Amino acid sequence: MTHIVKPAFHHPALPVNACGLTHRDYEGVVSTLCAGCGHDSVSAAIIEACFELDIEAHRVAKISGIGCSSKTTNYFLDRSHGFNSVHGRMPSVATGANLANNDLVYIGVSGDGDTASIGLGQFCHVIRRRLNMVYLVENNGTYGLTKGQSSATNDKSAKNRKGVENRYEAIDLAALAIELGAGFVARSFSGDKAQLVPLMKAAIRYRGFALIDVISPCVTFNNHAASTKSYDYVREHNAALDTVDFVPPEVAITVAYDAGSTTEVTLHDGSALRLHKLADDYDPTDRAAVLPKLQRHKAAGEVATGLLYLEADETDLHGLIGTCAAPLNSLADQDLCPGNAALGQINASHS
Amino acid sequence: MKSTNIADPEYFHKVVDCQWACPAHTLVPEYIRLIAQRRYADAFMINWHSNVFPGILGRTCDRPCEPACRRGRIEEKPVAICRLKRVAADMKGDISDRLPVPPFAANGKRIALVGGGPASLTVARDLIPLGYRCTLFERDPRAGGLMRSNIPTFRLPVAVLDEEVDRVLDLGVEVYFGHSIDSLKALLNEEFDAVFIGTGAPRGKDLAIPGREEAAANIHIGIDFLSSVAFGHTERIGRRVVVIGGGNTAMDCCRTALRLGGEAVTVTVRSPRADMKASDWEIEDAMREGIPVLDNHAPKKFLVEDGKLTAVVFEKMTAEYDKSGRRTLKPAGEPPVVIECDDVLMAIGQDNAFPWIERDIGLDFDDNGMPVVDAQTYSSTRPGVFFGGDAAWGPKNIIWAVEHGHQAAISIDLFCRSEDLHGRPSPRTNLLSQKMGIHEWSYDNDISTVRRIPVPHVATNVALKNLTTEVELGYDEKLAFDEAMRCLNCDVQTVFAPQLCIECDACTDICPVDCINFIKNAPETELRNNLRVPARNLHQDIYVIEGLKTGRIMAKDEDVCLHCGLCAERCPTGAWDMQKYTYIDGQAEKLLETANGA
Ligand SMILES: Cc1cc2nc3c(=O)[nH]c(=O)nc-3n(C[C@H](O)[C@H](O)[C@H](O)COP(=O)(O)OP(=O)(O)OC[C@H]3O[C@@H](n4cnc5c(N)ncnc54)[C@H](O)[C@@H]3O)c2cc1C
Ligand SMILES: Cc1ncc(C[n+]2csc(CCOP(=O)(O)OP(=O)(O)O)c2C)c(N)n1
Ligand code: SF4
Ligand code: SF4
Ligand code: SF4
Ligand SMILES: [Mg+2]
Repeated sequence: MTHIVKPAFHHPALPVNACGLTHRDYEGVVSTLCAGCGHDSVSAAIIEACFELDIEAHRVAKISGIGCSSKTTNYFLDRSHGFNSVHGRMPSVATGANLANNDLVYIGVSGDGDTASIGLGQFCHVIRRRLNMVYLVENNGTYGLTKGQSSATNDKSAKNRKGVENRYEAIDLAALAIELGAGFVARSFSGDKAQLVPLMKAAIRYRGFALIDVISPCVTFNNHAASTKSYDYVREHNAALDTVDFVPPEVAITVAYDAGSTTEVTLHDGSALRLHKLADDYDPTDRAAVLPKLQRHKAAGEVATGLLYLEADETDLHGLIGTCAAPLNSLADQDLCPGNAALGQINASHS
Repeated sequence: MKSTNIADPEYFHKVVDCQWACPAHTLVPEYIRLIAQRRYADAFMINWHSNVFPGILGRTCDRPCEPACRRGRIEEKPVAICRLKRVAADMKGDISDRLPVPPFAANGKRIALVGGGPASLTVARDLIPLGYRCTLFERDPRAGGLMRSNIPTFRLPVAVLDEEVDRVLDLGVEVYFGHSIDSLKALLNEEFDAVFIGTGAPRGKDLAIPGREEAAANIHIGIDFLSSVAFGHTERIGRRVVVIGGGNTAMDCCRTALRLGGEAVTVTVRSPRADMKASDWEIEDAMREGIPVLDNHAPKKFLVEDGKLTAVVFEKMTAEYDKSGRRTLKPAGEPPVVIECDDVLMAIGQDNAFPWIERDIGLDFDDNGMPVVDAQTYSSTRPGVFFGGDAAWGPKNIIWAVEHGHQAAISIDLFCRSEDLHGRPSPRTNLLSQKMGIHEWSYDNDISTVRRIPVPHVATNVALKNLTTEVELGYDEKLAFDEAMRCLNCDVQTVFAPQLCIECDACTDICPVDCINFIKNAPETELRNNLRVPARNLHQDIYVIEGLKTGRIMAKDEDVCLHCGLCAERCPTGAWDMQKYTYIDGQAEKLLETANGA
């Protein structure tokens, strides 16, 4: 962490978005994480994505569990709603909030410990429920906050700092999410914002459950030569399957694209995702084909990144249970209470 | 782009905008930090080494450093570099034990200095400690040049001037005051090894328009009027005064007139206000004293009644600019403006004049009557005769006269040692890490957001009572501290070691001004365009380092870096470090060892 207060001055020529804000207006307090922690780059990517999407900070709720990763909600969007909850319980808090108010952008930030160990059950169920949220796992293969114990996403055979080999099979959160019905599943790397920011924008605009498993190196406990979650390892073994352009609605209608190498998927709000294939015959919309492919990359020791799976049908929890369009927290007494006559009718129908 | 060569002494020097812009390359951020630490004497010595007249310049410098100051690109106004210099001079206390003490071991060489302005005095200051015997000839009764004869005492108190001029003379200059040199040929026949000509641009321009001769008794050339006031020959002026001209001399003339009995003093200038030559702050000071400045007024004739000046007639002008921005002044076609007055002060510029230099001594003049002077060596076409200050290329200012003096001194020294005049001494440079420990830096990098602090003035009614009351009071310690803290320490450089970089982006993410990029290499124009914030200020360099593991380059736009050190704080591997760059310009052979502190 740093003790220097980040100067309020910004570049005089900094671009301003449709809200009249610069990207610096989307910052939070100065991070207290270790210098060089991948998580700080993820925060910077969130800032960039929200800035570029012209999101108003008060339309965002950021929710997290416990861990270095979960602390980061304090380091971006300091004018948004936030809930730093308990270990592994971010999904239930997000679910409650989202049920009450479906009109916010929900950004859940979690770690591999927070998600794949103590919060694994919550993770599975929030996916099944298709909660409309962006679920970010800042995945460093370790419990950073508690000083570097191996986590459940750490690859089998990867060694810790002291040279001890991990004996257990790794949980692949992306594969699990696809299995459980997540509509938008991506993997990326904190050190590659060119890939991460567009994915984040697409995930925010996607209606339904969107997971981004971000490999985010822990410089302090898991960035050594025998780690598979280090900056060097990920750079050397990164197999980017595709790149994504997020195209806002205004532009999506007008700008043509080269259909040969690019597939376009239009989202519910008219924006589009343009997918440029990098790997041969990888089609992220073909669920049956995706999982075995991911398996193969994993077996080859590669880190498959990009938009791994996308389901064009954007159904979320509210759609599944048929709530009304208006946020539930905005309903007044007269909307909620049907009145005596209606109650009488209901009672009568049961007699 | 290729990797930046930071071993080039000028690369980081250029990042220190103020020092780069200062003709004498004063170590500005260093002295500003020392002021913040209340080490005024140290701050003074740094200045004295570079610019010789800190107390004078801290009040009167043209301050080319301030428009260059980085702070002016970050927020509205630059650091008050000049007025902080005054603080160092005013609060330094006794520094006598830090000065070189005569006598100096003589080297047997004799130098003649013609004229006693800042240029000649600088030559003397640089050469005497090396053992040269310097003899100064000055037409006026005292040394100082225009600083004494023309800069009014309400801007520059005599005590300050005397102190700094005497500090040079006390090194052991042989002086001949009231001694005009009327023949260079004759001087060259005396036993001097070299001659320095620092006679300034002593002739004020005149205006040949109808009525000029008839009204001569009440029309005064501005610089002659000011020196006549300075030497006590003129004590009064008419009630209504018209000043013609829009430069700094005009501003000094009008403010002086106001203190000598002028009640209705008007400044008139041919050009539009925005094109006036005077510095903004000089115009502001005149206007604060209630002096109207009428622009677009071209003088056409002087009206005379009964042999006495009664008014000046002006034609209103308008300025037209062509595509390249070149201006032409055209009559506006309005009725003439008549301004009644008792006296006119003509402040429309100065010319050089060398009637005392014979044209048959191998010293060439150009078609404009100016001596041919080498831009690097300051040598005339006659070996052993050097020029500097306003005498060399026409009127400039004190700090340029000082820098010319330094350069001429270097040449004179080389000349006397029969060495090549082009073998200029290199600057002394040093790059030193400021890291003291984890999160500890030996400079204050907490960026102050305070806006420029105005220098307090005496009340105008008090100021106007006499000629000698200094208008500016100067900063007190508290104000000086707050102003000093605005400085961004541009000499504390961001130095990048690519072999340590793991490309984690921490620096890019934390940098408050989006300077740092890890990016694909490209030719400069394209690269500048591709940066996080495109680098449009072409005066500022891009610091490029090739050879990162991913094949990208590190490209840092130096333009608005705050030198806050956050990049270095955030770097997990120490690939970034904050290192203080000291650049001390070369001076005549042996540097004045006393003036360190840096
Ligand atoms: C009204 C006015 C205000 C100014 N205000 C400022 C200001 O605020 N800040 C600033 O930086 N600059 C200012 N300047 C400009 C500045 O004063 C000059 O640029 C500077 O003094 C030039 O220094 P110099 O050493 O070349 O010559 P000068 O200062 O001109 O000195 C030359 C000396 O040589 C003497 N001399 C000339 N011929 C002979 C001879 N033949 N024999 C013997 N002696 C001779 C003269 O008497 C004079 O003393 C001002 C100028 C004027 C006219
Ligand atoms: C209920 C509970 N159990 C255990 C802990 C201790 N604990 C704090 S953070 C953490 C693991 C965090 O790992 P991860 O989510 O990967 O975050 P990181 O610090 O690596 O970003 C654990 C086990 C806790 N805070 N609460
Ligand atoms: S311990 Fe690891 S995860 Fe936590 S802040 Fe430090 S580098 Fe980041
Ligand atoms: S901020 Fe300080 S160091 Fe930088 S240019 Fe201005 S005065 Fe000089
Ligand atoms: S010192 Fe570093 S972090 Fe601070 S402004 Fe300059 S480049 Fe950016
Ligand atoms: Mg972790």
